[in-house]
Amino acid sequence: MIRVQEADFDPGTVLNQLRDRLQGTAGALVSFIGLVRDLNEGDSVSQLTLEHYPGMTEKALGEIREQACTRWNLLDAVIIHRVGPLAPNDRIVFVAAACAHRGDAFRACEFMIDTLKTEAPFWKKEVTADRTRWLPGAGNDRS
Amino acid sequence: MVQLRYFASLRETLGIGSESVALPGTIETVADLEQWLQQRGAPWDTALAGDHLLVAVNQVVSKRNTAVSNGDEIAWFPPVTGG
Repeated sequence: MIRVQEADFDPGTVLNQLRDRLQGTAGALVSFIGLVRDLNEGDSVSQLTLEHYPGMTEKALGEIREQACTRWNLLDAVIIHRVGPLAPNDRIVFVAAACAHRGDAFRACEFMIDTLKTEAPFWKKEVTADRTRWLPGAGNDRS
Repeated sequence: MVQLRYFASLRETLGIGSESVALPGTIETVADLEQWLQQRGAPWDTALAGDHLLVAVNQVVSKRNTAVSNGDEIAWFPPVTGG
């Protein structure tokens, strides 16, 4: 499941729904939640706004999920990413991988969050006490 | 016609998020299209200069020598920062 949304999500509900879909086939379910931090490079952050490229974002996340599913033989995987204005401590991203065994589930979960950061079209704009700035990207220039 | 899209800091610099333009017959690649847009003058000339931006053709990350044709959606954006 892939979701890009402004609204918050309940990780417990998402994990329970995923577990229901697995119907006993998985031995491991690993999840990651990314939060908005209140400090970046020494500056106190009051707001973080996420912009994305509707359509391409969902496609990119779907491909990352598919790659993980194939590479680690996942039974199921979930990626949820929020967009719009967020405040410190808000949930920003959720990734979960379900697998027969924990090793592959941990690796697949880490792969999805790492890859998402450099390949999915999201951009962060940060508001601190004295300025507003776009955060520099990973610099994965492929031109 | 092609659909052009600009995101994040580039969108703010250009003051526009998307537009539809008729593709001149001389334009064959992303690089041609960039040069044509830069002829609009400031801020297009400097904003689209160099290769710091990523480009996507029909929502797939592409290169400057990727072909463009009528009906395509071409997007420019800075390196991504999700997660």
